[in-house]
Amino acid sequence: MSTEMRVHLRRWLSFFAMAALIAIMTGPSGSNNAPVQGLTQSFAQPYSYFGLFRAQRWMIFFTFALVALGLQTLWRRSGGGVRARTAVLRQGFEAPGRRRATVLSAVVVVALVALFIPHLISNPGIQSGIVEQVLAYVILALGLNVVVGWAGLLDLGYVGFYAIGAYVTAWMTGRLPIAAPFHHPVSSFAAIPVAIVFTMLAGVILGAPTLRLRGDYLAIVTLGFGEIILVFSNNLTNVTGGSQGTNPYIPSFTFRIGGLKYLFGNVGYYFLVAGFVVVTIVLFRLLEHSRVGRAWTAIREDEVAAESIGINPLKYKVMAFAIGASVSGFAGAVTASQIGVVYPSTFSLYFSVNVLTLVIFGGMGSIVGVIFGSILVQGIAVYLRFYPPSGYQASDLYMYLGALLIMMMIYRPAGLIPSRRRRREIYQAEDGIGHEGDVLLGEQS
Amino acid sequence: MSDLVFDVKNITLRFGGVVSLNDVTMEHRRGEILAVIGPNGAGKTSLFNSLTGVYRPQEGTITLNAREGHPISVIGRGAYRIASAGVARTFQASRMFSALTTFENVKIGAESHKGLGAVGAMVRGPATRRGERESDQKTFELLEFVGLKDQANTLSASLSYGARRRLEIARGLATNPVALLLDEPAAGTNPAEKLELANLIRRVRDELGVTILLIEHDMKLVMSVAERLYVLNFGSVIATGSPAEIRSNQAVIDAYLGSSETQTSEAS
Repeated sequence: MSTEMRVHLRRWLSFFAMAALIAIMTGPSGSNNAPVQGLTQSFAQPYSYFGLFRAQRWMIFFTFALVALGLQTLWRRSGGGVRARTAVLRQGFEAPGRRRATVLSAVVVVALVALFIPHLISNPGIQSGIVEQVLAYVILALGLNVVVGWAGLLDLGYVGFYAIGAYVTAWMTGRLPIAAPFHHPVSSFAAIPVAIVFTMLAGVILGAPTLRLRGDYLAIVTLGFGEIILVFSNNLTNVTGGSQGTNPYIPSFTFRIGGLKYLFGNVGYYFLVAGFVVVTIVLFRLLEHSRVGRAWTAIREDEVAAESIGINPLKYKVMAFAIGASVSGFAGAVTASQIGVVYPSTFSLYFSVNVLTLVIFGGMGSIVGVIFGSILVQGIAVYLRFYPPSGYQASDLYMYLGALLIMMMIYRPAGLIPSRRRRREIYQAEDGIGHEGDVLLGEQS
Repeated sequence: MSDLVFDVKNITLRFGGVVSLNDVTMEHRRGEILAVIGPNGAGKTSLFNSLTGVYRPQEGTITLNAREGHPISVIGRGAYRIASAGVARTFQASRMFSALTTFENVKIGAESHKGLGAVGAMVRGPATRRGERESDQKTFELLEFVGLKDQANTLSASLSYGARRRLEIARGLATNPVALLLDEPAAGTNPAEKLELANLIRRVRDELGVTILLIEHDMKLVMSVAERLYVLNFGSVIATGSPAEIRSNQAVIDAYLGSSETQTSEAS
């Protein structure tokens, strides 16, 4: 009994601590200008939220905490909690028929919505925002998911490949201070395969020597790689154009078929990138359920055991790295041609962290999760950019995202829509499978 | 010579100042069930890890003659290369891929010797599909062989200790090994499971023709299964021979099997 009360007390405390934390983070007026006053003044100042309603700030956070607590309790009661998890663990497989129907209808709905989005939104700014900030990040997150979610490698230099992809496009189209290859600039569309090949090579070159490292060491090496690329792009002025960026504008994609000419506008880019997302999903799904995907799982779970059955960990890791890198390079090439300029300031560490956040938020190793996670998080970012609530500043976004991430880690540690394998791993670790777990949980079945 | 799967000559393995294996020479004949016994810290697992390429002995040679006429040197090759050359192993504390089902665990073993296949996987051509079918078939056969067919869809983490051992053996066998190396397979199992295990080990050798090396503490199991034994103590081989010979070997009794009389007589 007393154990149960302690558990409840701890839950309540953590909720209100979190509410207070958000209050502090968002400051008195909802921005992060004066963080310390956030808590004190939240008892005094009424404030409007997203233009929806006005209330005192603390009431909002209090309500928020209560609702979250209630939802969690409901979820546990309805069997979504430990008991259901254990059932899932024991079960292994789900009923395939019903699942397939659900998946199919979901795919149809998502496809329809995706088809009509560019027609529903006429604002060109938002249209390009969706391409640059949502779809491009969906692709980036899908690529990083291969590295982080499947191969289990923490890559903090993901932006490096994105930068290489962007600069290769600028180089191929002749927009760099150095001449295009063979002094013959090509169209930005033709630059895509070259960018993919270059970034894939960069992935192999960086991966082959460094992927012998594990865990934190690898994270630091990749972090260094990202920074090296950033420093190069800033300071190698006679190659990259330096901090001023590339010049003149990189042309947008253009198709010429006979006398017909089609210049990609925002909608064109939308469908192009969305199409690539679909292709990536199909290919990666096949990859996940192939022997390559299983080998990645094996290496991630127990490298020694994987080696003992003849799997060469280095090879598979380099492969994951190269695949992730080439996807990142593709995204770099597309955004470079859409925006038209490549600025070094884009390639900061924050970029890599942002993509990593999407992967963790959506659910490491889960294609569907990563896609929806990216759409949700980046969608919020675009929405706030074009419809900022009063008092909102651009940098506030990260506070909101940070709070969102903390919530996720508490309620859905495996991500928004976790992959089945990853979910098992996390819950097994949490439940301490088989031994002490059942005793500690206090919820006997 | 060619009837030896492992030909270990004078290997010495040191960790800093600690000598883990001292001038060990061992012959492992094709098709036999060989056991290595010895007290804790005698160097059994070190020997095991040297044979599988995990450790690199500083002196001596280990020749693996998996496919006849193609001897390779073990020392200096990575563990995965030894494994793909035809040496499967299990671990003292069983190591499975615990988030995968029993079936998936074994299937990974069955397909590990095939190439990388990222492109093949993404295109999913006829060759890939045929490979998948073959692996599935083989996995089912092996699960039946070790008696885990009913638990094919169970998560490996929820298997009993005995079942985990059998799963590890099935996973190892899935790689088409010439030799199967078992590191204390009976640890943590009950007497009934030990009996089953002994039968399984014999069947692996008799029905699949796999050479077996066994490291074990459980003397009953060793003496009933093994055809030949090596006894290690403080990193050196102190005796070798059939179970009957070992049982009556004075050096072995002193070092390992022991009796209260011997110990008191030594002390006095």
